[in-house]
Amino acid sequence: MSGCKISQTRRDVLKTVAGTAALLAPGVFLVAAPAPSKARPEDSMAQPSVRWGLLIDTNRCDQECTACVTACKDEMRLPSHGRPASDPQYIRKVELAEPKTGFTRSLPVMCQHCTNPPCADVCPTGASFKRADGIVLVDRHICIGCRYCMMACPYKARSFAHEAQTGQAPHNPRGKGCVEACTLCVHRVDAGVVPACVEACHAKGRGAMLFGDLMNPEHAITQVVAQYPTSQIRADLKTDPGIRYHGI
Amino acid sequence: MRLWAALLLALTLIGSAAPSFAGPPELPKASGEKCLAEPAAMRRTHMTMLLHRRDATMHQGVRATANGLKACLDCHAVSGTDGQPVGIDSDKHFCRVCHDYAAVSVDCFECHNPRPEPKRVQAAMPETTPSEETVPAQDTKPEGPQ
Repeated sequence: MSGCKISQTRRDVLKTVAGTAALLAPGVFLVAAPAPSKARPEDSMAQPSVRWGLLIDTNRCDQECTACVTACKDEMRLPSHGRPASDPQYIRKVELAEPKTGFTRSLPVMCQHCTNPPCADVCPTGASFKRADGIVLVDRHICIGCRYCMMACPYKARSFAHEAQTGQAPHNPRGKGCVEACTLCVHRVDAGVVPACVEACHAKGRGAMLFGDLMNPEHAITQVVAQYPTSQIRADLKTDPGIRYHGI
Repeated sequence: MRLWAALLLALTLIGSAAPSFAGPPELPKASGEKCLAEPAAMRRTHMTMLLHRRDATMHQGVRATANGLKACLDCHAVSGTDGQPVGIDSDKHFCRVCHDYAAVSVDCFECHNPRPEPKRVQAAMPETTPSEETVPAQDTKPEGPQ
């Protein structure tokens, strides 16, 4: 009887170990080249048959590497006023730590481009919206700067422009009094180029990011998410983000 | 004496009111070959064109670049004394030339850059189809704890 009990315990332990190993095993090696797709014709609309997504392999994301953050600031021409708490940031590195073991993980977090975006739900003017291909954007023409969306976003992904702006990038017009966030580099994606963070991650980092169309079976991201365990942050909220993580 | 005063007053009034008789201001010369429409039509409808395009681009992702604000700036930008395009703070900016005259405030440049983007050679991304280069490989060397 006691032997049976021990056996049961042993089996539980084995199950736990197996589960942990599966979770920790860095199975995915995102060596895929960062060229996602062909450019969409200029005069065509974004199609709902496309779902742009991003897969981040946290096993390959170095704690001290900030290539994606720097690339984003350069691409979107986000100035720094020396106030990290309120400076605009579309992407940031977040440290995860397991207090019991001291094991840490570093991962980039940006707008998660939810299928059910809470920011769009609460926006009183319709400025926060989801494009047909799943990219969540702020239409600054109609944003009144109320910042409800910043409160609603479970990922703390949005920033607010507190100062009058000059020298904006033509593809990222931004002004005082508007909320802003990661656009998944929509200007590049429409032109058939991967987002700036993904490009930088492959050029300067360890290639931890994979961009593509989650509905296109030919895209590497679709094949990888079908083959390996990936997760969404706060999946329990049922926002269904287009950004997926492996290894957390 | 009274006559002189009246004459002086009349001259002053005429002098100060003179610009209003001058008609609409001339737009600075643009660099492009041809505008989207005739000047009279552009004067009347440029705001409608921009508004329509803005919503189509923002919400539907239609990026026909010919009739956007960027295209306006590329042709119409005016250079200052230093040879660089002037900002909206200068009354030489092509938008302000008319908008000052019409006393209509132009808010576009609260967010949009009033200067055109300098032409630069951008390295093209390799034109590959996703299926060719994006085959996932498996990492055989585990990095986590064994």
